[in-house]
Amino acid sequence: MELYNCSLEELWQRLEKGEVSSLEVTRSVFKRIAEVDETVGAYLEIDEKRALVQAEAADERRRQGQEITPVTGIPLGLKDLLSTAGLKTTCGSKMLAGYRPEYDATVVSRLREAGAVITGKLNMDEFAMGSSTENSSFKPTRNPWDLKRVPGGSSGGSTAAVASATAIATLGSDTGGSIRQPASFCGVVGMKPTYGRVSRYGLVAFASSLDQIGPVTLTVADAALLLGVIAGHDERDSTSVDLPVADYYGGLKNEIKDLRIGVPAEYFGAGLDPEVEAAVRLGCRQMAATGARFEDVSLPHTDYAVATYYLLATAEASSNLARYDGVKYGFRAEDADGLIDMYRKTRAQGFGDEVKRRIMLGTYALSAGYYDAYYRKAQQVRTLITRDFDKVFAGCDVLVAPVCPTPAFAFGEKVDDPLSMYLSDILTIPVNLAGLPAISVPCGFTKAGLPIGLQIIAKPFAEETLLKVAWHYEQMAGWSGRRPQLAGEAV
Amino acid sequence: MDYEIVIGLEVHCQLLTETKIFCGCSTHFGNPPNQNSCPVCTGMPGALPVLNRKVVDFAVRAGLATACKITPNSVFARKNYFYPDLPKGYQISQFELPICIGGHLDIEVEGEKKRIGITRIHMEEDAGKLVHPEYEHGVSYVDYNRACVPLIEIVSEPDMRSSAEAVAYLKALREIVVYLGVCDGNMEEGSFRCDANISLRRWGAPEFGTRAELKNMNSFRNVQRAIEYEVERQRDILDGGGQVVQETRLWNVDRGVSMSMRGKEEAHDYRYFPDPDLLPVVVDEVWVEDVRQKLPELPAAKRQRLVDDYAIPVVDAEVLTADRAMADYFEAVVKLFAQPKAVANWIMVELMKLINEDKISITQCPITPQGLGDLLSLIDEGVISGKIGKQVFSQMYSSANNDPRQLIEDQGLAQMSDVGELAALVDDIVAANDGKVKEYQQGKVKLFGFFVGQVMKKTKGQANPQVVNRLLKEKIG
Repeated sequence: MELYNCSLEELWQRLEKGEVSSLEVTRSVFKRIAEVDETVGAYLEIDEKRALVQAEAADERRRQGQEITPVTGIPLGLKDLLSTAGLKTTCGSKMLAGYRPEYDATVVSRLREAGAVITGKLNMDEFAMGSSTENSSFKPTRNPWDLKRVPGGSSGGSTAAVASATAIATLGSDTGGSIRQPASFCGVVGMKPTYGRVSRYGLVAFASSLDQIGPVTLTVADAALLLGVIAGHDERDSTSVDLPVADYYGGLKNEIKDLRIGVPAEYFGAGLDPEVEAAVRLGCRQMAATGARFEDVSLPHTDYAVATYYLLATAEASSNLARYDGVKYGFRAEDADGLIDMYRKTRAQGFGDEVKRRIMLGTYALSAGYYDAYYRKAQQVRTLITRDFDKVFAGCDVLVAPVCPTPAFAFGEKVDDPLSMYLSDILTIPVNLAGLPAISVPCGFTKAGLPIGLQIIAKPFAEETLLKVAWHYEQMAGWSGRRPQLAGEAV
Repeated sequence: MDYEIVIGLEVHCQLLTETKIFCGCSTHFGNPPNQNSCPVCTGMPGALPVLNRKVVDFAVRAGLATACKITPNSVFARKNYFYPDLPKGYQISQFELPICIGGHLDIEVEGEKKRIGITRIHMEEDAGKLVHPEYEHGVSYVDYNRACVPLIEIVSEPDMRSSAEAVAYLKALREIVVYLGVCDGNMEEGSFRCDANISLRRWGAPEFGTRAELKNMNSFRNVQRAIEYEVERQRDILDGGGQVVQETRLWNVDRGVSMSMRGKEEAHDYRYFPDPDLLPVVVDEVWVEDVRQKLPELPAAKRQRLVDDYAIPVVDAEVLTADRAMADYFEAVVKLFAQPKAVANWIMVELMKLINEDKISITQCPITPQGLGDLLSLIDEGVISGKIGKQVFSQMYSSANNDPRQLIEDQGLAQMSDVGELAALVDDIVAANDGKVKEYQQGKVKLFGFFVGQVMKKTKGQANPQVVNRLLKEKIG
């Protein structure tokens, strides 16, 4: 097998044994990028030169007997909203075209310290706003399983890269499903940790109270390994939580005795694609075979989640994106007549339609006279949604549900209908509102050969349980690790 | 027509922390542009604020000193507006839940005491500074050194009824924040700045009139002038049957007038909402008590204590307590030389004259309390006269030599108090001036001074005047 096709776990072990070098692995991945990324389009910026230097350094580190981590010498890709010193960080937006940060995000410095190799920056919906990566200012990313279809979004580049083996693993970010939904569309594992588990310092904010960085990987074990490196308190992020980080990987094989699994009725409602439902229900039956107890549960405020999310996330975004004003960095419109005109033209030309739509929505929700009816009300509903989960989790350990009502859709299918695009996030958004950890694990394919994801949701900071349950399911179901066949490739 | 003047003040104090409110950058004033900056205070994408606990400490200090209640869970909010000096497009401030609420401050105007309510005190970050160089047309620069420097805003109730009350309030408030060590109180440099809300209402009217907000007054005198100008402006409008427009006005120091900056329609909708990047600020009882224990004595209490403990006049106490360090200096000297009134006089007359001339603060004064105490003791003991004392004092100041005894010895300035020696001198002088003695004894009493002068001349001014007087009286009656 080509090295680029290996899982992180396997490469880690082979590197440990000295069977391969990081340089070989890295060269293999860049060979793969050269072969398929023009077709897939996962990358916005490929950083081969520096990656090879990092690979050599990782091999040297190993030779000298210095501390080795599971990601030492492993080629990893980053969603383009993670700040990387000296490496372009555009957030998929014309507004930040050419912007090179002066500092590394905390997750990036943790990866660097751990000896990881950074392959480059991955495409995304502009400022993480979207569910298809079609909102990138620069280019589309294609779903490796069907090039006519979207990879999902907003972390579409991160999931397409893992699916097409142009990175061993990647980091994405999840504000309303932006890791889990594209992971399910691309047939890979995508995890959103508990809000506060991973530092947001250097993650370019979309909605600060919802954003969370997480791993996108080929397998659950890989997710456990990568999360172990990036998780943990950071004093530069006041919302990061000072709780010990468990040995996620070491805990995967622990028994799942007496597991209580809740199945929320509201997540299997109208609009759920029958093939998706069938695959998820099959997954539930397979899990039941381990002796887990299943229970029907209800999350009664689920219907309000999308509306709540689109008030809160846009309100925060309207403020978070105010800094893109043409004054300090990034895009500035030419031929402006004075300051106000410069602001107007810069923001009119620099932002795409979806971003402008959300800035306007959020500005409205916070305006004098509307704040109570929209923003404040939405905060109250958010509390109710969180309480729904609290109640349900009193009686069960994890919840199982679909990730997205449908498999990957075709390019252009929903671009002109933002509302239907928003509604496709209905099964992932409540998790962000409640700040919970959740994961998408492959659970089958449609007849047309499109991947389907199964979502597991756990209690706050129960990443260990979440990953353990996901790993046991993955072992049983065996859907993880499959590769799409890309055009022009030898079978 | 006669109107009641209604004034409320909003005061911004720049806090004397070493580092900024949300990052570790220095707050040091006067560094080259953008030297005190980092991804956080320049609003780089992805950077996050982390609260400097010292700022909370300072805000609680100011709150306790003005009898405020401390909010156990106060919240930072974003104030959204666009301006190039505001790197994030919003200012992190506090809105619905400020750190301090419901306090007051007592003032006195022409002998009348009055209590002014304090609505709230909140913490916030300052903005950067725009630089418009004259030599480059159409170009502006932004200096973010000041961005993210901590401020507290102290908002009063509309309780003041004259410009004099407003100035008294401001002076009292300034004195307190300087005493607390939270602000340097410099109005000209803008570390203590004030906006005034002013309206007029007919006497007895239940509702306040429409108010105008005045900005850009950088001295007590300008606050007074600006308020008086505004009162007359509104009075003219109302007398003419017009209506005051709600607006923000800018005081023009040079022309002595205010001009409209923006009207109600152009007022910003700041779209305040809780900042999701920051947690609520939890200040528990233990913290509050800790700050309370460490509060210094406040100016009003100190003044009263100086009057009570040292029996010095109120006027002296006011002068000495205008500066906390000055009052400390006074008390340190009194400990060494227990004649408070004499100490007060020396400080207020001799010492203040010198430090005011040199524009230095008492903490930079070359004469230590020990030095001054020793000097006053030497005068009191009659080792030198008061007149020589002043000479020694100025030598101590210019040479920073705090050993007056040594200075006196080195220059042989010690007073002659030896009765035998002086008596011999007096005898000589009397003998040599027979005629003048007769004139004196016949009633020309003014000549007494001549004899004293002669003794002084012979002793180069070092004769103890009291002894000389006594001896002369004995000799020539």
